[in-house]
Amino acid sequence: MRSADLLRFALEGLRGHRLRAGLSLLGVAIGVASVIVLTSLGQGARDYVTGEFTSLGTNLLIVLPGKTTTTGMIPAIGGTTHDLTLADAEAIRRGVRAVRYLAPIGIGTAPVRLGSRRRDAMVFGTTWEMELVRRFHVAIGRYLPAGEAERAQSVCVLGAKIRTELFGAANPVGEMLRIGDERYRVIGVMAPRGQGLGFNFDEVVHIPIARNMKMFNRRSIFRMLVEVSSHDEMEAAKEAIVRLVKERHEGEEDITVLTQDALLSTFGKILDALTAALSGIAAISLSVAGILIMNVMLVSVSERTREIGLLKAVGAGSPQVLAVFLAEAALLSTAGGVAGLAAGIGAARLVSVAYPGFTASAPPWAVAAALGVSLSVGLLFGAFPARRAARLDPVSALSRR
Amino acid sequence: MIELEGLSRTYVVGDRPVHALRDVNLTFPDGDYVSVMGPSGSGKSTLLNILGCLDRPDSGSYRLDGREVARLSEAELTLLRRHRIGFVFQTFHLVPRLSALGNVELPMIFAGVEPERRADRAKKALDAVGLSPRSDHRPEQLSGGERQRVAMARAVVMGPSILLADEPTGNLDTASGAEIVKLLESMNAGGLTLVVVTHAPAIGGRARHRVRLVDGAVVDEARP
Repeated sequence: MRSADLLRFALEGLRGHRLRAGLSLLGVAIGVASVIVLTSLGQGARDYVTGEFTSLGTNLLIVLPGKTTTTGMIPAIGGTTHDLTLADAEAIRRGVRAVRYLAPIGIGTAPVRLGSRRRDAMVFGTTWEMELVRRFHVAIGRYLPAGEAERAQSVCVLGAKIRTELFGAANPVGEMLRIGDERYRVIGVMAPRGQGLGFNFDEVVHIPIARNMKMFNRRSIFRMLVEVSSHDEMEAAKEAIVRLVKERHEGEEDITVLTQDALLSTFGKILDALTAALSGIAAISLSVAGILIMNVMLVSVSERTREIGLLKAVGAGSPQVLAVFLAEAALLSTAGGVAGLAAGIGAARLVSVAYPGFTASAPPWAVAAALGVSLSVGLLFGAFPARRAARLDPVSALSRR
Repeated sequence: MIELEGLSRTYVVGDRPVHALRDVNLTFPDGDYVSVMGPSGSGKSTLLNILGCLDRPDSGSYRLDGREVARLSEAELTLLRRHRIGFVFQTFHLVPRLSALGNVELPMIFAGVEPERRADRAKKALDAVGLSPRSDHRPEQLSGGERQRVAMARAVVMGPSILLADEPTGNLDTASGAEIVKLLESMNAGGLTLVVVTHAPAIGGRARHRVRLVDGAVVDEARP
């Protein structure tokens, strides 16, 4: 029997019970579509997180006060014994050769006032280097001025949303406003950036770190971001920083240095687990679809018992009868797989359109797997009905009413 | 040449054995025209199924052209059915979703015949039974007589040497039944060995070689 004839004959067989075939095809399609949508969401989440970290700048070390043994997640409360000061930061910049940029961070919330308008805002204390480390974009004016971190000029750079709320469409550069109890001159406005990991940079006011620490009466910086010259020097730089700070802190190792890779791999593990769980759910829906196919094929075999008897009488061997029914099941499930694939990819596109910035796209392996799995579901669950057909005794099959 | 020797077939119905055939000894030379008659349950259909390699005897020997059929494998029996034997049934057994042409093509599909040659041969076979104008019709659009003619075209399209007909006129009116008998006889005249199982004496009586079965045993045989 030629394979083209086998497929055509199987297709004609399916046409004989369109509604039932269509329903079980729908079952497979839903199963495959859910695989595609769920893996697309997983992949989208992964791309989103990776993108967020990449926007932090590559080759990034995060130095925070306090020693914790937890790797990966940023410790919320550290047991600091020594303050991590601006002087420590300066020492790292001078003492560790691989450091390209170093940006200390201090944070706090303070009221920002312009005339009668008042708004509480996150006050983000840092230096000019933050613009380079975090790949910031300044829309109007400029970012914090270059110079010593200790220099405490009263200048500020506004987040896009803060600017709109306080100044509307007017150009705020050169205007004065109050942050806490002090007067600041606006020197720049950030380009809109949107929600990042952690907090929304559009609602932040950037001021020099020294000002920030005085404003909130802090001696220790919140953390610092260190960009290393090349990826190969990450480990060496990390060790050098820890050693240098230990010397300065009377032999006490009281800082934590995180690499971006460690953070990423932690997120990666979480996302892997999530994807595995979602795939498991999808696999269950596919096996339900498989049982649906088995049922449809069993009904088909019992309805076509006389036809099977006839096929044997005109010279179809048991292997050929088996092949015909397997081909029907495989066609059914593969057609369902293709339909589900199209629906799943469409749904993933819809998600991407509905949530800009979040791109849900099916990974290529999921597309291949969905088709492969739907074909195997057909063959696996079609095997039992097909064998039943192949084993029918032609004499009793022909005499069936 | 068909040779049956001491052929027996027993079914178990419930826990009681039913002797469908007992010690049947028959010989049909090539080109024979045989009718098998007898009351219901006399074993006529069982005999036909064994001749057609759809069923196997419990004991005795069935030699087809000198080859012992009982010793053949399932795959060899399939090949015999495909190439050597044609079947015509009382209820036609056409596949309802296929056209007349598609039904005639069916045996050739499983034999792996090329599509062009297949259509060609199927058309010729339909032509031979006078149905070429209706080759696109599906079985439900054909009369009983026409359906049986499609079935006959299908039975001979592979060029078999034996044609087995089980009550071929049982579901037909007298006129179309007579046409079918005429067609069968013309095929027999072309060299085909024809075995007809029938209730009707008017049809069975036309055969040169008449066999009468009662309770699975040959009670009467008339040979030319």
